[in-house]
Amino acid sequence: MDFLAEAVVAFLIVVGSIFGLVGSYGLAKLPDTMMRLHAPTKATTLGVGSILIASMAYFLFYENLFSVHELLITLFLFIAAPLTANVIAKAHLHENQVDPKQLPAPEPQASGQTPGWSTFDPEAERQDVR
Amino acid sequence: MLKRVIPNPLLTLVLTGVWLLLLNEFSVGALVLGLILGLLIPYFTRRFWPDAPRVYKPFRIAGYCLVVLWDIVIANVQVAYLILFKKNEELRPVFVSIPLELKSPEAIAVLAGTITMTPGTVSSDLSADNRSLLVHCLDTGDPEATVRDIKQRYEARLREIFE
Repeated sequence: MDFLAEAVVAFLIVVGSIFGLVGSYGLAKLPDTMMRLHAPTKATTLGVGSILIASMAYFLFYENLFSVHELLITLFLFIAAPLTANVIAKAHLHENQVDPKQLPAPEPQASGQTPGWSTFDPEAERQDVR
Repeated sequence: MLKRVIPNPLLTLVLTGVWLLLLNEFSVGALVLGLILGLLIPYFTRRFWPDAPRVYKPFRIAGYCLVVLWDIVIANVQVAYLILFKKNEELRPVFVSIPLELKSPEAIAVLAGTITMTPGTVSSDLSADNRSLLVHCLDTGDPEATVRDIKQRYEARLREIFE
């Protein structure tokens, strides 16, 4: 039993570390900011997730304690990671002065006008969404 | 009357749940305190969030979470594969625009978050009229298929939950 528990926890920690390493390697290897964003938002999520599951398993096996803090960490991570990626993407669009014309156009409105992306077109009339 | 006291039942449940998770142990006292917080916080902050989203099929949320969790695992393996075994020149990154049928801002936020966490896509911007989402794909041969997948897999499910 002890050996099995140890094996499970060790396996999860190793898997988590590998994904963390791959994510960090991707951050260094990929050629531009937009592509680099993919590495930490994904590869690292499973890395952290795996280590959190390992932590839950450890407390369950050795302390007989069902620990749920890890679930909260996962929840906060799932909220924080996409928001960070979104803000970095927007900053990149501005900072590198990506030509808005090179981006795909948003769907035209019923009136036939095409709105801009909000990063470039903050003054455009916002349609009331409700 | 009930709506005045509990302006946002789902927020009440979430706050109580998070309180219990934070304490990391279950007891009746903790549940009562959690419920008190879950009732008071939405009551005192109701003016900041006048049009709280309506959730029509709360039980579909669990199904949606499972689909997304599974996709996150797939996404991780896929992106790890792309990083390790593909040369930079072989990747085909592209921006795509996804027309949205979702209306509520909360639903769009959930969709954008989901897109970022799942295979090869990061949501980057929203159009000025809230009706299109700008998404960056790491490696795709067929951008239209990617858009179709996202609409079928996530947006359709979110529409069932929120609309």
